[in-house]
Amino acid sequence: MDIELRGITKRFGPVVANSDVNLTIRAGEILGLLGENGAGKTTLMNVLSGLYRPDEGEILIDGKPTRFEGAGDAIRAGIGMVHQHFMLVPVFTVAENVVLGVEPTGRLDHLDIATAREQVRAIGAEHGLVVDPDAIIEEVPVGVQQRVEIIKVLFRSADVLIFDEPTAVLTPQEVEDFFGIIRSLRDAGKALVFITHKLFEILEVADRISVLRGGKIVGEGDPKTATEAELAEMMVGRPVSFTVDKKPAVPRRPMIEVRNLKVMNDRHEVAVNDVSFAVRAGEVVGIAGVQGNGQTELVEALTGLRSAIAGSVVFHDEDITHASARHRHKLGMAHVPEDRQREGLIETFTLAENMVLDSYYDEPYSTGIRMHWPKVETEAARIITDFDVRTSSVFELADHLSGGNQQKLVVAREMSRDIQVLIASQPTRGVDVGSIEYIHKRIIAARDAEVGVLIVSTELDEIRALSDRVLVMYRGRVVAEFDAAAATVAELGLAMAGATA
Amino acid sequence: MSEPGKLDGFSQDLLKRAVSDRFDAEEMILVPLLAVAMALAFGAIVMLATGVSLTAVGQSYVALFTGSLGSINAVSETLTAAAPLTLAALGIALGFRAGLFNIGAEGQVLLGGMAAVVVGFALTDTPAWIHLPLALLAGAIAGAIWAGIAGWLKAATGAHEVITTIMLNLIAMRLVDYLLRNPPVQKPGRADPISQSVLPSAELPRLLSFIDPNLRVHAGILLVIAAVLFVYWLLFRTTTGFEFRAAGSNPDAARYAGMKSGMIIVLVMATAGALAGLAGANQVLGVLGRASPGFSGGAGFDAIAVALLGRSHPVGVLLAGLLFGALQAGGREMQVEAGVSIDLIAIIQALVIVFMAAPTLVRATIPWVFRKEAGR
Ligand SMILES: Nc1ncnc2c1ncn2[C@@H]1O[C@H](COP(=O)(O)OP(=O)(O)OP(=O)(O)O)[C@@H](O)[C@H]1O
Ligand SMILES: [Mg+2]
Repeated sequence: MDIELRGITKRFGPVVANSDVNLTIRAGEILGLLGENGAGKTTLMNVLSGLYRPDEGEILIDGKPTRFEGAGDAIRAGIGMVHQHFMLVPVFTVAENVVLGVEPTGRLDHLDIATAREQVRAIGAEHGLVVDPDAIIEEVPVGVQQRVEIIKVLFRSADVLIFDEPTAVLTPQEVEDFFGIIRSLRDAGKALVFITHKLFEILEVADRISVLRGGKIVGEGDPKTATEAELAEMMVGRPVSFTVDKKPAVPRRPMIEVRNLKVMNDRHEVAVNDVSFAVRAGEVVGIAGVQGNGQTELVEALTGLRSAIAGSVVFHDEDITHASARHRHKLGMAHVPEDRQREGLIETFTLAENMVLDSYYDEPYSTGIRMHWPKVETEAARIITDFDVRTSSVFELADHLSGGNQQKLVVAREMSRDIQVLIASQPTRGVDVGSIEYIHKRIIAARDAEVGVLIVSTELDEIRALSDRVLVMYRGRVVAEFDAAAATVAELGLAMAGATA
Repeated sequence: MSEPGKLDGFSQDLLKRAVSDRFDAEEMILVPLLAVAMALAFGAIVMLATGVSLTAVGQSYVALFTGSLGSINAVSETLTAAAPLTLAALGIALGFRAGLFNIGAEGQVLLGGMAAVVVGFALTDTPAWIHLPLALLAGAIAGAIWAGIAGWLKAATGAHEVITTIMLNLIAMRLVDYLLRNPPVQKPGRADPISQSVLPSAELPRLLSFIDPNLRVHAGILLVIAAVLFVYWLLFRTTTGFEFRAAGSNPDAARYAGMKSGMIIVLVMATAGALAGLAGANQVLGVLGRASPGFSGGAGFDAIAVALLGRSHPVGVLLAGLLFGALQAGGREMQVEAGVSIDLIAIIQALVIVFMAAPTLVRATIPWVFRKEAGR
């Protein structure tokens, strides 16, 4: 099935998210869609999958103009989207999730789960999507949840599959598996759209590349000949540097000292086991590791969101093991949380309100219990400009920002304060190459201003580019320490996989 | 970073209001109005179906109008009925904003009213400027404590506020009955459950007695206006309100931001209870002059609907309270003039709530009134 988008324009009030976009999607092909944060990628795909109605333009399926009144119409026409935030029922099994809404039923409307299970297996076998139909969603890793989303779309007999930043939350191994899956789908004659901010991924799997900027298509690329630098320049309209310029670190006194820390996870298992390290003023310490090896719990314990069952955390000379999150904030600790939408911001609040989410309680934003909104708003406007968060107003709701711009908002808020320590989890998740460059520059500037920085990331490239020292976490322990300048990807990868040096 | 206080042109632009502001005229005004209109239309159908003649239906809607807005007395009745509903609903709306479903306004109204009555008759020889505020304060404090119990239970043990507030309602009803049947609250010489009368020095003065001493509207409506302003200020101008709204919208983010959910829950419930307690005090000090069983008239329950109808916004709650007040005042007239059962008013109120709670129902029934759906 071939799709043609012709002259698509989509406005949100004064914001033109897509402007006269022409795009073709062909059967048996993977189309890579690139563009900076807020370029209009998600909006365009929401138009294609029937969630938004375009203000102008039309969608042609195999040459025939089609109108979608809602997502249901698009699904019936064979267009399915795998959203970045999965839409699965956590307590249901894989098979139950797949058939939800289109359940095979037997006599008297009895749910025929055996048939569902069979169908899930059959689809899985056809495209190499290995899943256990009886596994409970909340108990399987993100990579598997994503496979369930794909099976869900295939189960509704989609011929066109749209993936909005599918790799942002996957481990490198899961990304490899995912590529295998979409290649197999392509070879089966499906049409695929793949959105990502990681240029090497596009170069690896896409058959064709389209680039959006400011809502318009600004160029095409051929993955066989294009380079990352060319694509980056096409996306942001200027050359982008992929390396971080930095002088050697000048570490000073320890800002944070972690001693024999032990932390439990929500399932009451030991997630952080006897971890000790220090972050000194003027250095960036990176924590590398495959997702789920205790990094989340470690960061929560450091920032006061989870209590430690043993060991201590010392800030300067103060023991803060049992201090509240607010107290740590007052001491000058900044925290970029791993999951921006769950923790980092409130989607129904304005950008200005989100800008003071954790600093509203004190001067200059409030006195006593009185909020000084005009002050908040001017500061928010300044910070938004500094970090180039793409929006039209500080009164816009956070919900209306593009995914990458939400992330930039959170990073901007945490870094625009007088801080002593910065703890950042996945600081550039979903952020475009141009903004990554800027955020990295700011992190290094903070380091040079004697902030102690702790970066937790599953992106090895990011860890290596930013860090002065790298710690590798595996199964709750710090299993290796490297000098970032000397460490190779291979060494780090081995340590992350648990190979003892 | 640039010098504080000055912004360049680009940042300056960001300070302009976005079009997609929180206030959506269609959502906030058109839908509620149409919901009311459709409720009236369905109410007419119900009346016709129960054998009421078409003329009687016409008469009753005329009576509904004249009884609520048709004369100065009608307006006075509307305002009198709206006051307790609005006060209690403000408290419930505050809870909604913070993610708490406080069903307990009824109990808080009852105990607030009782406390106000007790202070109202017990403090003899007190000048009005001390006596009245003290009686009101007693009502607010009693309500705050009663609701605070549910808040504390939730904060300390995780007990769900819907369950605890329902239970506290039952306890409050029985407690009031008990107090009314026994000294010192029971009026001396009476065998039935009724309290002593509030002394004149604790009464909320009638506002329009210079026109006609029978106009019941009293100073309680000034209290209502003050409460609307207070809740607006609290929610949108204070750090406390910021915390309430944050905790209600995204508890995980609130925790991340260092807000203390336990404190917030207790504080929200206590404030809501104080408002409901004031509603009770308003009734006994402004209208009834004493307490008797069921003196709240179910205001605490109707207030839940008022808060929902008002979209948990203080100004919306005020408008919704006035609407419900008008329906009550007009409903009495409907019963007298057209002989239609007062239950019909309850049905119309219920229909309003149904249509309000399901805006899509309104949009789907009369789609041509609305602009074509833009986003989503
Ligand atoms: N519901 C909405 N209301 C108002 N503006 C919106 C809405 N959704 C998107 N926008 C705006 O439209 C523009 C395009 O957003 P979109 O989400 O399509 O970007 P994107 O290319 O997916 O970016 P990212 O890489 O950050 O995910 C942005 O400026 C965004 O602020
Ligand atoms: Mg997007």
